[in-house]
Amino acid sequence: MSGTFVGMPAFPEAARAAVGDQTLRGNLRHATHTIRAKRAKAVAEVSDWDQLREAGKRIKDHTLRHLDRYLVQLEERVTAAGGTVHWAADAEEANRIVAALVAETGESEVVKVKSMATQEIGLNEALEAEGVHAYETDLAELIVQLGKDRPSHILVPAIHRNRGEIRDIFRREMSEWGRPAPEGLTDTPAELAEAARVHLREKFLRAKVGVSGANFMIAETGTLVVVESEGNGRMCLTLPETLISVVGIEKILPTWRDLEVFLQTLPRSSTAERMNPYTSMWTGTTDEDGPRAFHLVLLDNGRTDTLADEVGRQALRCIRCSACLNVCPVYERAGGHAYGSVYPGPIGAILSPQLRGTASEIDASLPYASSLCGACYEVCPVAIDIPEVLVRLRERVVEGGPVVRDGNRVVLRPAKGHAAERAAMRAARWAFARPGALRAGQRLASRTRGLHPRTLPGPGRAWSATRDLPAVPAEPFRDWWQRTHGGEEAK
Amino acid sequence: MRVALFLTCVNDTLYPDTGRAVVKLLTRLGVEVDFPMAQTCCGQAHYNTGYRHEAEPLARHFSDVFGEYEAIVTPSGSCGAMVRELYPRMGERARAEGRGDTLAATLAPVVPKTYELTEFLVDVLGVTDVGAYYPRKVTYHPTCHGLRSLGLGDRPRRLLDAVKGLELVELPGADECCGFGGTFALKNPDVSAAMGADKVRNAESTGADVLCAADNSCLMHIGGTMARLETELRPVHIAEILASTEEEPAV
Ligand code: SF4
Repeated sequence: MSGTFVGMPAFPEAARAAVGDQTLRGNLRHATHTIRAKRAKAVAEVSDWDQLREAGKRIKDHTLRHLDRYLVQLEERVTAAGGTVHWAADAEEANRIVAALVAETGESEVVKVKSMATQEIGLNEALEAEGVHAYETDLAELIVQLGKDRPSHILVPAIHRNRGEIRDIFRREMSEWGRPAPEGLTDTPAELAEAARVHLREKFLRAKVGVSGANFMIAETGTLVVVESEGNGRMCLTLPETLISVVGIEKILPTWRDLEVFLQTLPRSSTAERMNPYTSMWTGTTDEDGPRAFHLVLLDNGRTDTLADEVGRQALRCIRCSACLNVCPVYERAGGHAYGSVYPGPIGAILSPQLRGTASEIDASLPYASSLCGACYEVCPVAIDIPEVLVRLRERVVEGGPVVRDGNRVVLRPAKGHAAERAAMRAARWAFARPGALRAGQRLASRTRGLHPRTLPGPGRAWSATRDLPAVPAEPFRDWWQRTHGGEEAK
Repeated sequence: MRVALFLTCVNDTLYPDTGRAVVKLLTRLGVEVDFPMAQTCCGQAHYNTGYRHEAEPLARHFSDVFGEYEAIVTPSGSCGAMVRELYPRMGERARAEGRGDTLAATLAPVVPKTYELTEFLVDVLGVTDVGAYYPRKVTYHPTCHGLRSLGLGDRPRRLLDAVKGLELVELPGADECCGFGGTFALKNPDVSAAMGADKVRNAESTGADVLCAADNSCLMHIGGTMARLETELRPVHIAEILASTEEEPAV
């Protein structure tokens, strides 16, 4: 995974600023709570939700198990339908392929429909370096781009912005990029949407090259699918002469029929709609309609490595609905930027350290960015057991072990900075394996209880900065039990 | 019926009142309670922080100590979930890693016999009215592991509803995590504290005197936050409410 967000501090530090930012917290709280309630209602309407969830999980697991076969089938079908397939092992290769394809057209601008894969690889920046401007056309993406900001949510990248902030961004920035914002623009949603529409229309009609992602790719037919709410994506997919789609290899489904499951679960989980307003599907090229040239760039970028882990691979089932973000109490307080990746929230906490490895400070801290409350697992429409994967990755951080990186099996050493914790865990385990030692410790604590500080030194300071510790009782339970019920003291 | 009380290391050391309440309650209901003195810790903190290999000997020790009993009762949703949900997973992993079936076989006997207290009362003893008396306004926080891993559902609420004198008030945002999460509270102190503060404010908005839960770890975090926020609310473990009677009311 490329370094769109390199040099990020570890999650706890990155989150601290967000926790203290009242506007941000208010925006996030309002947005997540609203969508949370709506999602619950939309899901409750479906009587066979549990079966749909199980079906989605099974289809994805089956596909991942036979990914090699389905990818080859997809390539055959896309080629037969007049498209060209390119394989990209990592971000750099993918960017190089896209830049070369754009250069062939001789164009210096492209329009984009929201694509997480291109954000993951930092395509806009790579194109910029080649003198090509990429214009985001999804409304929320546009806000992020104009605001020289980073997305903070999978589905609503500008979730951290309120209407007033958006109006200010439009007024200030639109003229730099094309058609300026109308005079006297207010912060009513209708006016903001209209301003964006007029601004974008100009781009759509001019652009010769479109770049997209895809929610699904169907191996059986070579079809790509984009699911969206605004219709801007459809413009991007149909108006330009050349269409380049950059898609992660895990986005594949074996058959057309499989799509049925996800077209039910995705909209309800993400926007709490029964059906999303626009579902666009394209298969290769046709003479009378749509782009004349179609290129599909299949992106690996850590996905095959992720597949090698029998627990962690379930993260590749993700359909990017963002339901887990909206219910996550940690995301709600920390905001999306703290996760240091285009994939924030619970899914980001398990996906980024797998795609990028756990070597950087931010990636090693992400598996701990959760209280393991399990709310994310409960809502995930493909039943990814996020807490299970988090614990798996924590093991990787503190104990090391075998992993696959760039296709090679390597043995990771335990991450640095955990020595004190490891020693404490070991000591605790030693004492807990000896009831006598535990008891001696308890007695010592009871006897010295008058001396205990209510604030702690070392790593405990973080706790006692905002909470009081309970007083140590005069008599631990086991002493009381022995005094009142007798019983053999264990060694 | 004779059961083993698994009190958990946190309860034993910091909250002995909860253990005494469980003994009093179960004895009153005609259950013979034993406290195996060799018990220590289920290994949850180790496991969830990533120290699986440190957790394994603790899980084995747990099975050695409790394996013989008919039922194991614990007043902690998260430690109950550790045994019921994660012990089988530890066994499977050992098997997948080619370490054979011994860990799975050692841990298997305790898994189905371990019950969280409210679950034991409602499902095994079949009671919801335990004859308790507690004249206070109470709001209930369902802890995450009790709620999602063990699926306690409305069992605690039904038990509280049957307590004489008790007025149960709904907690807004009840299903949201309080922010404790074991070592999460240490590793992400700012986020954890913000979650705790919201939980306390929600509880305050109910006008209750007492916030009750079935897990002292969460209550330690919530209670510590309450002390800092200087609220009138008090954290109380559900066992202490259920053990309270007209003759011997809890303070
Ligand atoms: S992990 Fe599950 S809930 Fe989260 S975005 Fe992916 S599919 Fe949706």
